[in-house]
Amino acid sequence: MTIENTKVNLELDLRGEVCPYTFVKSKLAIEDMEIGEVLQVILDHMEAVDNVPKSMTNEGQQVLGVDQINETDWAVTILKQKD
Amino acid sequence: MAIKVYIPGPFRVATNNSSKIEGYGDDVGEVLKDVGRRYPGIKALIFDSKGEVADHVCVFINGRDINTLQNNGTKVTEGDEVSIVPAMSGGAVPFTEEQIRRYSRHIILPQVGGKGQRKLLGAKVLLIGAGGLGSPTALYLAAAGVGTLGIVDFDTVDISNLQRQILHHNHDVGRLKVTSAQESIADVNPDVQVIPHALALTSENALEIIRQYDIVVNGCDNFATRYLVNDACVFLNKPLVDGSIFLFEGQASVFMPGRGCYRCLYPAPPPPGMVPSCQEAGVLGVLPGIVGCVQAIETIKLILGIGEPLAGRLLLFDALSMDFRVMRLRKDPSCPVCGDNPTITELIDYEEFCGAPITVG
Ligand SMILES: [Zn+2]
Repeated sequence: MTIENTKVNLELDLRGEVCPYTFVKSKLAIEDMEIGEVLQVILDHMEAVDNVPKSMTNEGQQVLGVDQINETDWAVTILKQKD
Repeated sequence: MAIKVYIPGPFRVATNNSSKIEGYGDDVGEVLKDVGRRYPGIKALIFDSKGEVADHVCVFINGRDINTLQNNGTKVTEGDEVSIVPAMSGGAVPFTEEQIRRYSRHIILPQVGGKGQRKLLGAKVLLIGAGGLGSPTALYLAAAGVGTLGIVDFDTVDISNLQRQILHHNHDVGRLKVTSAQESIADVNPDVQVIPHALALTSENALEIIRQYDIVVNGCDNFATRYLVNDACVFLNKPLVDGSIFLFEGQASVFMPGRGCYRCLYPAPPPPGMVPSCQEAGVLGVLPGIVGCVQAIETIKLILGIGEPLAGRLLLFDALSMDFRVMRLRKDPSCPVCGDNPTITELIDYEEFCGAPITVG
């Protein structure tokens, strides 16, 4: 999945952060956003690259993309669908 | 001129945890600007992008809102105190790193989240008694981050309490229970503000104390206080999370305003002497742990507005048979206090009425 054409409303740099705080901080960020807005989370903790999209899907949000952006970092792009 | 400035709890991350700092200036605007210069974290919290005091922050001088005075131009003199008061639980104040970690297992829950955690931090709960029931309730509510806990108890810690009252420890024997409770709670969670009420609840003081809280949790050990608290909660429309224990059995229920009360169930206390008070009766030490935890869960559900409260139901717990039973309760139209034609319209001190000893704890 690619995110090239997606407008990102908020980017959250969570490099250095580990589970479960990667999800906790992503969730807190998305709570304060409006439905229809897009959050992009930058992660370097591999476990979180799996877990954040899963947990966000469980919460009813839509994961638009999980993309490796360089050797160490990943971008998870999430569309807020649910308050 | 140096003016004292009160910093609220959520902003103290920016002042090294100081609740009082000094600001220099001749009017409120100058004092706030000076504080913002010396504490850049505060500047970000109280001013908006235009440099005005943000809409979610109120500023008071000696207890008066500056909007009712000359706003930022309000003159200050020696001895004045400026207080910064943010909107609480509105989501305006970000969590600290420590709070994100402390409450992470709550925030992860879909039914709680950051919004629910802010509700908990903004809630004010009054605990009647810091004894067997009040101990687990206080510890779990504190751990959950319920922001304000009032505790009513005039008693001191006795060594015989330690068999079940887990708020108190060996070194607390002889100390006021509210003081001991305050210290135990501070050790669990410094986010919680404890308001100690080291007094016996009476018809004189019950309304003014209960009025200050959102929810009342009854952990008292005597009928006089149980009826006093019930009636006060009916008069003030406060939800009451009731619990009681005896020997090996416990009861719990939630009385929501307008949906019945303790007197709908038991219109009047038994005559003195018929039922032994907790001082004379034995109690299995773990029992209040179960019932107090039920009360803590019900309190948190009410704060979060989740699930089905234990309202209109009476939970009976028997430790010996390990049996939980639920009885249906209904609002009694002929209830003497919450019924259609109430005969009790003011608080009653049953100890004067019947001569039974009154203690809380
Ligand atoms: Zn009633």
